[in-house]
Amino acid sequence: MSLLPRHSETIEKGTSLGRDAWLRLKKNKLAMMSFWFIIFITAACVLFPAFPGFPDPNKTHLVLKSQGPFSSGVSAEGEKVFFLLGSDHLGHDIFSRIIHGGRVSLMVGLIATAVSLTIGLIYGAVAGFIGGRTDSVMMRIVDILYALPFFITVIILTTYFGNHLWLLFVCIGAVEWLTMARIVRAQVQSLSKQEFIEAARSLGLSKWRIIFRHLIPNTLGPVIVYTTLTVPAVMRLEAILSFLGLGVQPPNASWGSLIKEGADRMASDPYLLIFPAIVFGLTLFALNFLGDGLRDALDPKSSKD
Amino acid sequence: MQTLKFILSRFLQAIFALFCIITLTFFLARLAPGSPFTEEKSVPEHLKEAMARQYGFDKSLPVQYVTYLGNLMKGDLGPSFGNKGFSVNEIISQSWPVSVVLGLVGLLIALALGVPVGLVAAAKRNQMPDYTLMTLAMIGICLPTFVIAPLLGETLGSKLGWFDVAAWEGSNAWLLGALTLGLYYSAYIARLTRGSMLDILNQDFIRTALAKGVSPISILFKHAFRGGISPVVSYLGPALASLIGGSFVVETVFGLPGLGQHFIKAASNRDYWLINGTVIVYASLVLTLNFLVDIAQVWLDPRLRSHS
Repeated sequence: MSLLPRHSETIEKGTSLGRDAWLRLKKNKLAMMSFWFIIFITAACVLFPAFPGFPDPNKTHLVLKSQGPFSSGVSAEGEKVFFLLGSDHLGHDIFSRIIHGGRVSLMVGLIATAVSLTIGLIYGAVAGFIGGRTDSVMMRIVDILYALPFFITVIILTTYFGNHLWLLFVCIGAVEWLTMARIVRAQVQSLSKQEFIEAARSLGLSKWRIIFRHLIPNTLGPVIVYTTLTVPAVMRLEAILSFLGLGVQPPNASWGSLIKEGADRMASDPYLLIFPAIVFGLTLFALNFLGDGLRDALDPKSSKD
Repeated sequence: MQTLKFILSRFLQAIFALFCIITLTFFLARLAPGSPFTEEKSVPEHLKEAMARQYGFDKSLPVQYVTYLGNLMKGDLGPSFGNKGFSVNEIISQSWPVSVVLGLVGLLIALALGVPVGLVAAAKRNQMPDYTLMTLAMIGICLPTFVIAPLLGETLGSKLGWFDVAAWEGSNAWLLGALTLGLYYSAYIARLTRGSMLDILNQDFIRTALAKGVSPISILFKHAFRGGISPVVSYLGPALASLIGGSFVVETVFGLPGLGQHFIKAASNRDYWLINGTVIVYASLVLTLNFLVDIAQVWLDPRLRSHS
């Protein structure tokens, strides 16, 4: 059985912990608002481009350069064009670019987080469960990698191994798993001293079975919390890379590259910076608040503060 | 004695880590596809080979590696392919001070702003000042450096004219850059300080002190501060490592001639030795800071002295 259905099972059927957490989360208005906001943004980015008549993000209207928000005009081909959030120096529709850029940014957030989650979970669980010398060697490696300026590593990886979007996902994920590994290891270490693991061992279950079926599912609480906090971190990293011109390549856009284009023309057309920055900022805001809310919900002790 | 042993082992660990990083970057650079000479299409094949020979690329990888390590021991980081006639040492020593000043001043601003804010928020927990400050901090975290930087440049620089954002020489643009970085990390540090101070303030010995009638101010600074600040101190190492990413952005926005510019160009030009040189220099800085943090940690937390 894979991990995913197990996890949704605990939330839906509700072992007391999952149900408790959900109830506590529901009481946290800020976290719930963030939750719905994230759903809304994701739905918008996924669904809007499917509507007929949704403007093409890469179509240039050279006669309609740098139009303000809510402006309309007639393109060179004689079509009527309406710019909800204005157009840039090439006549791109900014609203459409923000939606399409959101697809890239959200996808980076999801996939890179999934990569870092997978590596971190397995690495941390193995180190924590086996313990002893293996553990100390594995954690030394993590310490060494911590000292590597990870941002520089991503740049090296992306420039050396091509500018492909998928590679970007994997590269970011590959440097973001360290903290996850540490959290999981600490969890597993304390778990493996408990009776139910003892029981599993004495029943003769294999090491891998114990790790995947008994240890990893029980670390999910802190892991979920840290995952929600990794998503914004990863999106920020992608945005910085795109800002420096190392991430998404034009004419494609991500929120980071849109902010970069906006920043270059801030003095003349401030809306080019403001709209992408607001959308990006609000999304990060929501993700962080949801993460905080989840921490309070899953760890009742800390919510008393 | 125990402490000395701890410090020594941490020192050796740092040296070992540096060695691993050098090895890693060397092989990453040499095994990656592409070569520093592919840019020059007009150069005939035999000349390319001659260039490769001149830089020692015709020898086997292990030989190259040993040669590189040997030069490194002498403090020679090798030549730069992208900047003809310059050695990596020259390029780094020119741009390094800019980046270091930017990063360290940024970190100082972050500490000077973040720690007091976190302390106030912890002291007034779940009251108005706490909510206001923590919401501000959250906004600070969500507005990335590359949004703050152009905004500050436009308002404080161009509009108000407090900072001269047009030039580097003799200008104070670097201060604006450091401020941008500092604002961002101060938000993190404020949250961290608040959280760890609350952990301490909830403990029994604080309640005992309160019951004995010690003043709240005295409890905050004499009893809780030393323990509460410890996570912030250990955050400084990782903070510096991630500050580097931010400083690249700040250097781009304000046109500061720091290492970031060189590094990005070097990576896309396969300027191997310049890349490795930059990584080595940055990694040494991060490792040094981590080492100092470890020592500070022993001083802050007496429990570490007996256990290590």
